[in-house]
Amino acid sequence: MGSRKFLLAVMILGLCQIGSAQSPTFGVGRTPTADEVRDWDISISPDGKELPPGRGSAKEGAQLYVQKGCAGCHGRTGSGAQAPTLIKSDGTTKSSMPCLAPCVNDNNVMALHSPFATVIWDYINRGMPLGKEGTLKPDEVYALTAFLLFKNGVIQESDVMDLQSLPKVVMPNRQGSALPAQEWKHGTSRLPKYP
Amino acid sequence: MDSTPRDRRRFLKKGAALAGLALGTASSASGQTPDSHAPEADGHSKDPKELAKELIAYGERSRFVTSVRVPVAERMSPDMFGLTFHVLTPLQDSVGIITPSSLFYVATHRGSFVPEINPSEHRFMIHGMVDRPLVFTMDELKRLPSVSRIHFIECLGNRAQARHKTVQDTHGLTSCAEWTGVPLSLLLKEAGVQNGASWIVAEGAEEVKGSSSIPLAKAMDDCLVCYGQNGEALRPQQGFPLRLMVPGFEGIYQIKYLRRIKVVDRYYMTYDDYGHINPDPKVAALTHQIGPKSVITFPSGGHQMSGPGFYEISGLAWSGAGAIRKVEITTDGGRSWHDAELRSPSYRMAHTRFGFAWKWDGKECVVMSRCTDELGTVQPTRAEAAKYWNKPLEGFRVPGADNTVQPWKVASDGKVSNGLT
Repeated sequence: MGSRKFLLAVMILGLCQIGSAQSPTFGVGRTPTADEVRDWDISISPDGKELPPGRGSAKEGAQLYVQKGCAGCHGRTGSGAQAPTLIKSDGTTKSSMPCLAPCVNDNNVMALHSPFATVIWDYINRGMPLGKEGTLKPDEVYALTAFLLFKNGVIQESDVMDLQSLPKVVMPNRQGSALPAQEWKHGTSRLPKYP
Repeated sequence: MDSTPRDRRRFLKKGAALAGLALGTASSASGQTPDSHAPEADGHSKDPKELAKELIAYGERSRFVTSVRVPVAERMSPDMFGLTFHVLTPLQDSVGIITPSSLFYVATHRGSFVPEINPSEHRFMIHGMVDRPLVFTMDELKRLPSVSRIHFIECLGNRAQARHKTVQDTHGLTSCAEWTGVPLSLLLKEAGVQNGASWIVAEGAEEVKGSSSIPLAKAMDDCLVCYGQNGEALRPQQGFPLRLMVPGFEGIYQIKYLRRIKVVDRYYMTYDDYGHINPDPKVAALTHQIGPKSVITFPSGGHQMSGPGFYEISGLAWSGAGAIRKVEITTDGGRSWHDAELRSPSYRMAHTRFGFAWKWDGKECVVMSRCTDELGTVQPTRAEAAKYWNKPLEGFRVPGADNTVQPWKVASDGKVSNGLT
């Protein structure tokens, strides 16, 4: 009888704890506004669900490539300059500068190597141009992405990139990435039977 | 060839005659120069104002201690764009298990500038698949319960090669510190993670907004949102004012200048993830958690043994899976292995110092260490790793993070060099 009451008490306590885990314990920090979250959230999923409205074509991208200074570091042809190769070359242009580590050459040009076109958009949007990161407008990022995809033979020059078309681009290296076969778990080795 | 504090102490004890000889030959890869004159024992030759500042405000190390970091040879830092890439910690001079914050290795995304962030303006946001998105100021984060833990960080680029000379070159992209901060699980529970969430995307506030995807199971397990390193605020080069600590995972996950965590339902392949993609799930598994790894820091490449006799072999062992349970040493190129002693506490996902009493007979030999972690996983030799991948040892590049055994060759003249071929 007594032990049963105790068990009931433990169960109620347990339920209370589950209940309390779903409401804040400390109440420290404030709730961001929807605008704040939108401004901060620059993550782009491979399915492109966070892509902003906007559009751009390879032709527009070709102009921006020069205007925004991309050509200054990556070269007018997109290869053979100091900064990583962006456009697969015919193999005849060789840089006079040492290739930066990690060295990006014809084999791992982003517009060919990336399994998803959204990754290129995200990379340009957050990381370029050097020293003016985060200043490109969505239209400009779409156009530059379209330019690189076209120059590497992934899309047609007439293709317009926007939040619908970009995630649908089938990248040549679509099967190029894998996750570990096992999900990470506390207290497990990284790869079973690896020496 | 190399002159380390350890060597210097040894020869100072041997007296001036020997010291004079040593001075003639000592030079250093790590920028150390032999003492040109004796230390001022009375301190009077220093400006009294300078001395007072030294004693009162923020202490500096002795000017006779000159061990420094160096950029990796593969890419100069700063480069032609003024960007800093990867910088190596001087493990050959290390003692104990804590890396001084000033000597902690530095790795940056594509090459970076160190941002100057005013902590009173810094904000940290948790959003995405949570019931209550939250924004914290630094002061608010410091009001929450904190913990301090000792953890190593290691870069995936920590890959010993035959052309490397010193242990700084071969293994200098790992360091260990005490980290203080709020458990990420506490913050995620406070925000209320929704059903169906499986990953988080963490992001920094620096110019490229470096970002990595981390499994939610790891985020809820032992990750820390850190503002402290070795008893003081994080250093700017280590992410001041806030960084994510993902214990045992490779360095790129330890997001510096942490400004945002988004809870999501899939792997995002964001900025930093992209650089490490691989079509083989096995290789992918070897780029998350760091395997058991160890290296002898004395004697190591560039050291000069002063003749046959007693030496303590000393080194560091670590594992991304937990604590180090055992370290073994061979002084005959792997024919026989003997247990070393653990000379420090063995914390989970932390550098552990080991020692082994050794009497060198003056003959050429190869010394190596291998460790076993709490899961019983043993650090492999390159030959064992090549066999696993069914590849010839010649020209073999270990896929994922390279945790293979490092050989040091001791020549009969006492010169120590890299034993990799």
